Amino acid sequence: MKASAKVYALHLGVVALLAGLGFVLPEYHFGLLSRIMVLAVFAMGYNMLFGYVGLLSLGHAMFFAAGLYGAGLSVIHLGWSVPAALAAGIGCGAVLALLVGLLALRTSGVAFMIVTMMFAQVFSLLILYFSAWTGGDQGLVVPQPARSLALGATTLDLTNPATRYCAALTLFTLALFVTLGLVRSRYGRVLVAIRENEERTRMLGYDTFSNKLVAVVVSGAICAASGAVYALLFGYVGSNFASVQYSILPLLWVLLGGAAATLGPLVGTLFMYYVTDITSGYTSAYLLIVGVALILLVLFFPKGILGTVRQRWLGWLP
Amino acid sequence: MHFGPHLLLATLEGLVTSAVLALTALGLSLVFGVMRIVNVAHGEFFMLGAVLAWAISTAISGHPALGFLAALVLAPLVVGAVALVAERLVLRRLNYNPEGTIVATIGMLYIIQQLALTFYGPEARPVEAPFSYRILLPWFGYSGYKLSVVAASAVLLVATWLVLTRTRVGLIMRATQYDSETAQAFGIPVDRVYGGVFALGAMLAAVAAVLIVPISQAHYLMGQDPLLLSFIVVIIGGLGSLRGTVVAAVLIGLSDGIISMFFSPTLAKIIATAAVALVLVFRPQGLFGTTPR
Repeated sequence: MKASAKVYALHLGVVALLAGLGFVLPEYHFGLLSRIMVLAVFAMGYNMLFGYVGLLSLGHAMFFAAGLYGAGLSVIHLGWSVPAALAAGIGCGAVLALLVGLLALRTSGVAFMIVTMMFAQVFSLLILYFSAWTGGDQGLVVPQPARSLALGATTLDLTNPATRYCAALTLFTLALFVTLGLVRSRYGRVLVAIRENEERTRMLGYDTFSNKLVAVVVSGAICAASGAVYALLFGYVGSNFASVQYSILPLLWVLLGGAAATLGPLVGTLFMYYVTDITSGYTSAYLLIVGVALILLVLFFPKGILGTVRQRWLGWLP
Repeated sequence: MHFGPHLLLATLEGLVTSAVLALTALGLSLVFGVMRIVNVAHGEFFMLGAVLAWAISTAISGHPALGFLAALVLAPLVVGAVALVAERLVLRRLNYNPEGTIVATIGMLYIIQQLALTFYGPEARPVEAPFSYRILLPWFGYSGYKLSVVAASAVLLVATWLVLTRTRVGLIMRATQYDSETAQAFGIPVDRVYGGVFALGAMLAAVAAVLIVPISQAHYLMGQDPLLLSFIVVIIGGLGSLRGTVVAAVLIGLSDGIISMFFSPTLAKIIATAAVALVLVFRPQGLFGTTPR
């Protein structure tokens, strides 16, 4: 089989597997997996920037929250329909990413990490400041009747677990193939070139700033899409999604699953969620076990799970 | 109160914040500068210092000053030992890889936080100040302990500066920071320097926490804010610049105290954070740092 055929077969296989799991999983895991798929998209957006361009941001929670609030608030306050809210959420994320990118990309290395963290902090403080509209740290609940999608003659109720699973899977599939297409394209190679050696890429005639800026906007839009869908599917908008913790989580998921691997975000999110879930069943001190797991993983699988698999066995993994 | 005394009060409060912040940030800056790693668990070492201070001062009966002094000596030593073990067991094996160490220190953050919650509990607990002398100003009385925190922090900062610039140990640390490979070639045990610096950084955070704990209480989540603020201070001050760290800490502590007394605290934070970010964007090397090589 040709390499690219193998790649597409693998990704289609993963999507098919997730779709199949939808029929056999018990109810609890069914709900958990829907959430994991939506959050894996958040991690994919993060991976776009961190894995392929090598820019470590500590502020991606603001893009997720921009999508979350963009979609949630336009439903709650403006009474918009689901597709319009979705577009509003993604639009908010992309515009915010453009602004942040224009400023933050003037810095590099540690300064970039801190600048993105500061902007995210400003964003989360703004949410608290305008608590009259955003609900502050209490958050807001998206009313159930608003969370339905009219498709032709039928109406999809997004609060129904099965519809929710399908919606999450659709988003996940779209995001997966968008990122796969991007990283295998000419543009994706330029991004990797920037990660490996920015000076040399510039010398070869590429405008590295605008290439990076586009990557920031794409990454922000994907994260915002995840946030918008999260708000519409799970019906809650809260300021804790804009906190530093939610900026660190996607970094964690990506590093665990494997940076610069298209399936890495899914593997990392799945792993982290199930480690937390399983250990919290045994002891209330599950964070301890999560901490130990993180340290062991980084000691013995420094390239993440898929990074190690790629290094040892499957060199063709994208 | 009139504007003048109000401003004085805000300035005094800001100075106390600055003093503690300068010590914490100095610890982060040393680790950041010498080892080139981002220690996300730094705030947890701060929290550990405060929690240990509570444990030690309640274990020792008698005058509160006795317990406090014991905590001031013992808590940093214990925290330093914990940090040293963590460094030997984890960070060294990662070869100080920047990304790996971030994940590893996030892991440490979870572990320390959870252990504190399990063994110490979710309550915030106070530690009695060693003395309760109030200095009477014409407009209001002010806690003498708070002023002594500023003095103690200043003494410690000067001591650290003297160690760094005037002693052989300091010379070795600066050599490692400047160029670790060349330092190694000249027979400096870079590996042991890293262990020592990591422990020293954690100890500075612990001392700061012991000093602040009679003013604010010990709580298992108290490490979050110092971590974020220390990051800001270190970056604004410029990497590895002791003078910059102190100036930035005073600047941020004072502006935090003054702005939040006269305006809404949230708005003050928004403005301060945005300003900090913009300083970084237009002067990435910090106010006092030199351009990184």
